[in-house]
Amino acid sequence: MQVENTEFRPKIVAFCCNWCSYAGADLAGSSRLAYPADVKIIRVPCSCRVNPMFILRAFQRGADGVILCGCHPGDCHYTTGNYYARRRMTLLFSMLDYLGVENGRTRVEWVSAAEGVKFSTTMNEFVAKIHELGENVRLEDLRCKG
Amino acid sequence: MQRIGVFVCHCGTNIAATVDVKRVVEAAAKEPGVVHAEDYQYMCSEAGQLKIREAIEQKHLTGIVVCSCSPRMHENTFRQAAKRAGINPYMVEIANIREHCSWIHKDIEEATEKAVILARAAIAKVMLNAPLTPGTSQVVKRALVIGGGIAGIQTALDIADAGYEVDIVEKTPSIGGRMSQLDKTFPTLDCSACILTPKMVEAAAHEKITIYTYSEVEKVSGFVGDFHVDIRKKARSVDMSKCTGCGVCQEKCPSRKTPNEFNRGLNTRSAIYTPFAQAIPNVPVIDREHCTKFKTGKCGVCAKVCQAGAIDYDQQDEIITVDYGAIVVATGFDTIKLDKYDEYAYNQSPDVITSLELERIMNAAGPTKGHLERMSDHKPPKSMVFIQCVGSRCADKRGKSYCSKICCMYTAKHAMLIRDKYPDVDVTVFYIDVRTPGKNFDEFYRRAVEEYGVHYIKGQVGKVAPQGDKLLVQAADLLDNKQIRMETDMVVLATAIEPNPDVRKIATMLTASIDTNNFLTESHAKLRPVESPTAGIFLSGVCQGPKDIPETVAQAGAAAVKVVGLLAKDHLVTNPCTAKADPIFCNGCSTCEKVCPYGAISYEDQLVNDHGIRETRRVAVVNSALCQGCGACTVACPSGAMDLQGFSNRQILAEVDAICR
Amino acid sequence: MQGLIERAKELLADGTVAQVLGWRKGDMGYDPEPAYFKSEEELKDFVYDAFCGANLSKYMIEAAKLEGKTLVFLKPCDTYSFNQLIKEHRVDRDKTYIIGVGCQGTLKPEKIREAGIKGIETVTIDGDTLKFDTIYGAKEMPFADALLERCKVCKGKKHMVYDELIGAAEDEEAGPVGNRFEEVEKLEAMSPEERFAFWQEQLSKCIRCNACRNVCPACSCRKCVFDSNQYDTSQKANAATFEEQMFHIIRAFHVAGRCTDCGECSRVCPQGIPLHLLNRKFIKDIDSFYGEYQAGADTDSRGPLTNFTFEDVEPSIVQTRGGGH
Repeated sequence: MQVENTEFRPKIVAFCCNWCSYAGADLAGSSRLAYPADVKIIRVPCSCRVNPMFILRAFQRGADGVILCGCHPGDCHYTTGNYYARRRMTLLFSMLDYLGVENGRTRVEWVSAAEGVKFSTTMNEFVAKIHELGENVRLEDLRCKG
Repeated sequence: MQRIGVFVCHCGTNIAATVDVKRVVEAAAKEPGVVHAEDYQYMCSEAGQLKIREAIEQKHLTGIVVCSCSPRMHENTFRQAAKRAGINPYMVEIANIREHCSWIHKDIEEATEKAVILARAAIAKVMLNAPLTPGTSQVVKRALVIGGGIAGIQTALDIADAGYEVDIVEKTPSIGGRMSQLDKTFPTLDCSACILTPKMVEAAAHEKITIYTYSEVEKVSGFVGDFHVDIRKKARSVDMSKCTGCGVCQEKCPSRKTPNEFNRGLNTRSAIYTPFAQAIPNVPVIDREHCTKFKTGKCGVCAKVCQAGAIDYDQQDEIITVDYGAIVVATGFDTIKLDKYDEYAYNQSPDVITSLELERIMNAAGPTKGHLERMSDHKPPKSMVFIQCVGSRCADKRGKSYCSKICCMYTAKHAMLIRDKYPDVDVTVFYIDVRTPGKNFDEFYRRAVEEYGVHYIKGQVGKVAPQGDKLLVQAADLLDNKQIRMETDMVVLATAIEPNPDVRKIATMLTASIDTNNFLTESHAKLRPVESPTAGIFLSGVCQGPKDIPETVAQAGAAAVKVVGLLAKDHLVTNPCTAKADPIFCNGCSTCEKVCPYGAISYEDQLVNDHGIRETRRVAVVNSALCQGCGACTVACPSGAMDLQGFSNRQILAEVDAICR
Repeated sequence: MQGLIERAKELLADGTVAQVLGWRKGDMGYDPEPAYFKSEEELKDFVYDAFCGANLSKYMIEAAKLEGKTLVFLKPCDTYSFNQLIKEHRVDRDKTYIIGVGCQGTLKPEKIREAGIKGIETVTIDGDTLKFDTIYGAKEMPFADALLERCKVCKGKKHMVYDELIGAAEDEEAGPVGNRFEEVEKLEAMSPEERFAFWQEQLSKCIRCNACRNVCPACSCRKCVFDSNQYDTSQKANAATFEEQMFHIIRAFHVAGRCTDCGECSRVCPQGIPLHLLNRKFIKDIDSFYGEYQAGADTDSRGPLTNFTFEDVEPSIVQTRGGGH
């Protein structure tokens, strides 16, 4: 009889802005600062490009956690993008919380191009948090499983 | 129908050691739309690019995915390769399987699996890519240099000599910066003023250079090639066109209690003042905070004594707006505050001073006219102790983690100069390490030890305590492994340097990134050291990291060349990844316009044919020359009419789907 | 009501307006519906009473395309929606003649049925009492018991925009009544599991009839993103529970900062889903995070999602604020 591997391997989507956080992730890479392979990065020009629709879609398709990284407030390459992202995500996350979705599944972190260490630490923490929460069952579309 | 080629790079062993590239190729080949997949040792090499070119031509590829290093590294390389092979350069996507995969994972199985998923996401995205054509934008042939120290002056001179207009904006009443406060410079001991002043004069006299002193950058908008900058010219209260620089006003000013910033507060100055004798411009300013006329309304002595009638108490701040093609940050440094270092008794004894204060004491134009004396009793010291690394290389939160780089050399300089001029003064230096990597630097330090008899003791000072008219120094001698207690007359602290505190505000205005120590970040630590990641912003001097004068001057020249290279262009190629509104979906609601930082969105009445319904509608129109492609509008738009080319909704959703598959 | 009809007749007669947008009598006395009136003749079917809950402001988007001016009757609450539509350039103020009408709260016919009153022939509102002639004889119930959920709290009786007022309340300046966040607060006080169960139950009732979307004055997009091929989200029928959640979360998000809290979504939902509790959550969060903001109170302020301050709260507040919010 075949024993099924039940180890939880979370799916985590990280949206990173091109100018700070994606570069921060690159720096984490060139500094060989490890974080779990469960994290997959999607490059966007700015944190303000991330539509709540993208986040819900990730959950719908079975993601267990979604994190958005952008430049620190005040340092946005486009001056103001992350300020709008901050408001949008605050409200979206609060709404998901209100709908009873575990609030640890979503996170925003500001990571500069110079913060390779912070990028790696953040991802390690976030993956640990998702492990703690387990599989996302509340926000997924059952048809997307398997 | 798209025909996609996938190219997986080994990057030597950088990728191949942790990612099974063959398996990535196999997995990619199975993806829908992929008609070609191969791997190669170095995709970025000539041979690698040739492989891409051949595959595009032979298999009639419409788009390619390169699984390699970060797109920030070679996206452009592969775009150009694609272009040479005859496909649109924006039909290229990069899967970052090095920085985001092979370099951070150890397990081959795990890393390979992730690389496959990253490749899939890139394939899913490129399937939805569309050819894009960049536009062009103008270049204003004028540069702005923020900061008028040696870095700013040198950058401005080099740009101006290349034939371009440059403006220097300096916060203080004169250009010259920190270098003007120094007495002698290492390792050749020439007088700082003697080598700086000619440069200041040259800058002031240069027909291509405009200097705004006592001015600050207030607001920056625009982008590379076309920045719009508001400069606040603070009210000097002296008419620059009338003042002859005779100095009578300063002599007669009855308010003389203000700490003299230029002399680091070691003496006082008048309320109307020029910071130093060689100041440029040689026009005083009235320090309104300390001027009796401004405080009480009574006085007006300066106006009475001014033969030229240059004093103008009613002068107002003036804001001018100037357009620039490029901006150089040269905001320099200051020494850290020593509040957290009580053990050195800096705040308790006037005989404990910083190295920069010592520079002023040693300087002939300084508070002691160049006589080495204690600030407490004005007696010449018989013994002096220098403490290195005060706040530098600091493990705790009190100081800075970095090495300030200049202290070892200037301390050797100070020690040598003192021993030369006052051979009876005993000089001891406490150090962690002596760092002298530079041309003729170690020779210089050895001269201090060997020829001038300076005592160097490896070890940190634990405490400095005032005792009578002496200072008691407790320290450890690490080489002899013993505790030292010694009395001395003066203590000099090699205080850590930090970026000018104003730089954070400036970085925010310029959207230039800054690190945790407030040093501006360079575009690439090794290969693009004088460029900020923000296009059109360049870095000169200590604002980017600790440097001595020769390095600063070298970097200033490098920054100038980059600026000249930019200004020499007739136009710039703009990023074609701009926003675009679909008139069928657009409500014309003006929401997107409100979040656009560039004012790139306007509204016009357009005749729209919505599936047979022809009507005139108010719809959003994006000016692609102004749009920088941030995407704020795309999320503000409730109907999804606004989309970002190159990062479209469908493209990003396809990536999400591929990752979550 | 007669005053409204007379005034409408005058405005039609003197050519000030080309048509009138109001409510037309239904078959039952408690089911009036929005309608255009083009003549004096048609106006005999005009009605305005507490059953006229429908917010007419959204109809003014299409009315802007008609020939001539349109006279529209707006209750105080509806004027917020109209203002918001002005701000978004969706209605034409110059082609609109607004008569602000008074409102003492609007009623929910289902509540009358729930009270056991059936076979209704006529309804009269007599002060605090609803009086019915039914096939089973005369019945009555307290007015307040039949109020729509949204009208139990009221944001005030002041009209934000109008050309003239007829029958407006004497307490025009009276402020809001009741705590509109009471229900939201109750939900916030629950455990995440309870909240999830609550919304799961509510949202799973959704049949995606799009009534909420169609009636909502903020949901005024020419084409909805859920009908767009740009997001691969276009679908009509529900296939999995998540789609309802996604639809309603995104819908609430798209109207966040623009929703005036008119409550039409909940009024028209055939499944009785308390959709306004999603919108009110956003309103409550916006008020507490970014300062009080009432969409539609003016026509030129920046909405909270197109605005920011340097010191805005971080999204992590959702984790750190603890229960009860």
